[in-house]
Amino acid sequence: MSLGVDIKANWPGFALNAAFTAPADRASALFGASGAGKSTILRAIAGLDKNITGRVEVGGEIWQDENIYCPPHKREIGYVFQDSALLPHLSVRGNLEYAQKRVAPASRRVKFGDAVDFLALGNLLMRFPDTLSGGEKQRAAIARALLTSPKLLLLDEPLSALDAGAKARILPLLQKLRREFAIPLIYVSHSIDEVARITSHMVLLANGAVLTTGPTAKILTALDQPLAHADDAGAVVDGMITAHDEKWRLSTVSFSGGRIFVPLVKLALNEPVRLRIRARDVSLALEHHGDTSILNILPVKVRKVQETGPSQSMVALDACGTALLARITHKSRDHLGLVPGKELFAQVKAVSLLV
Amino acid sequence: MPTSPELAAVWLTLKLAALSMAILMVLGGPLAWWLSRTSWRGKVVVEALIALPLVLPPTVLGFYLLLMLGPNGAIGGTLEALGLRHLAFSFTGLVIGSVFYSLPFAVQPLQSAFQAIGNRPLEAAATMRAGPVDRFFTVALPLARRGIITAASLSFAHTLGEFGVVLMIGGNIPGKTQTLSILIYDQTEAMQFGSAHMLSASLLGFSFLLLLGVYAMNRRFPVGLK
Repeated sequence: MSLGVDIKANWPGFALNAAFTAPADRASALFGASGAGKSTILRAIAGLDKNITGRVEVGGEIWQDENIYCPPHKREIGYVFQDSALLPHLSVRGNLEYAQKRVAPASRRVKFGDAVDFLALGNLLMRFPDTLSGGEKQRAAIARALLTSPKLLLLDEPLSALDAGAKARILPLLQKLRREFAIPLIYVSHSIDEVARITSHMVLLANGAVLTTGPTAKILTALDQPLAHADDAGAVVDGMITAHDEKWRLSTVSFSGGRIFVPLVKLALNEPVRLRIRARDVSLALEHHGDTSILNILPVKVRKVQETGPSQSMVALDACGTALLARITHKSRDHLGLVPGKELFAQVKAVSLLV
Repeated sequence: MPTSPELAAVWLTLKLAALSMAILMVLGGPLAWWLSRTSWRGKVVVEALIALPLVLPPTVLGFYLLLMLGPNGAIGGTLEALGLRHLAFSFTGLVIGSVFYSLPFAVQPLQSAFQAIGNRPLEAAATMRAGPVDRFFTVALPLARRGIITAASLSFAHTLGEFGVVLMIGGNIPGKTQTLSILIYDQTEAMQFGSAHMLSASLLGFSFLLLLGVYAMNRRFPVGLK
């Protein structure tokens, strides 16, 4: 199943001309700075803006083209608004039921209780939106969108209005959501961290146009794209838990490029996990030093080197098929003689495990 | 004690106000909804027309309605041609006059209440498979309830106190078109101050209580509901 978008909009001070296809069977990101047009595209997919012309196609079904305009209530989507948009005259339960009631019983793939449990809304069902915190509202909004049993779940910066605590609580849920409910999603965001955790494909946008699309892991580490030069640039690595070491309280994550030790986690063996390795946490060495405190050392090959600041270079590395980034000084670059194809060792000082 | 003309006038006035209010809510609701959603340029003309009764002397409105509804008017004449009776000096004529006269009192609060809802709740409902009619009844109406209560009360109260239009269209037929305000006028003319005083005081008290109820209700459903 795939999502095809080719739309145009022209408003005073803003022009959008975006065409892309994205897999609609997994989690895709619409990523870009504010004003890039991400939300506009999401609204076009939902059919919320009639002024946007062009074509929207989901899984072979045409939702909009020159002749067709399928109104939003006939598109099988779930939508999570930035400001949650709970109906203020209904309780949390009322909001969830509003969504579920309008789906024919035979098409209801998400159970009321499952959505409530997944988002921990059990104690909030009787409450009204104006008594909820931002995080609680957004959890209710996500559950409500799930209960429409959508073909495609659209999320418009669902965490951007929340404080750090609420974000940290909801982010893992969003990460698990796609697997748990088998619902593909489109996630609008300008946070690398959120996109790295949640999505496996991304559409990179700037000034109302598509810069590039591709797998998230690839775009985050592509030196010709801006994300690989961001302050918190880094790679995402998909692997699985292969061992637990109770003595040293470490778990092993294996991926195509080798093994990485992380602090012990309570996950079953063979459980898929995603790691994020920031460019600033990777240093390079020509030799594999045994006498170092750094545990995670991976053999890598230099793919490309590019200057990223007055004194720093970004090095794109290949660890047997997995892309990594390292940020080093120009001085070290010349000292190590880094050129594409050179083989050396990446020392990973820190890893975040995204579970 | 009020004798039968008084009771008849009270009954007639209440009937007129209730019926006009009901018609105004049914017609004014969709009209206000449309005005609150449309971006059509001609909208201002409609808005100005609706507001006209606010500034026009009721006698002017009554005068033209009388011409239209009377035996030689566009509407009254047609009815006569169809073998029906024209509407001048009839209760039906009064209701039509009242609907026009109180139209802004129903439409304006409804329109601003609908506008205050904003797009977001309606968009959210649309993404939950609610079609336009569904959205109107399950989102717009409940969220505009404050405006609905205000519109219903104001149009009812305003019709209660109507004088000029009623006098022009209805004449002054006891039991048929003689409303409270006209009876009070009659009694004052005839120097029956006691009776006029009692009716006036009742109308004053009732209107005050009605408005008090509206404002108290509005306090209970604060603006936060928008």
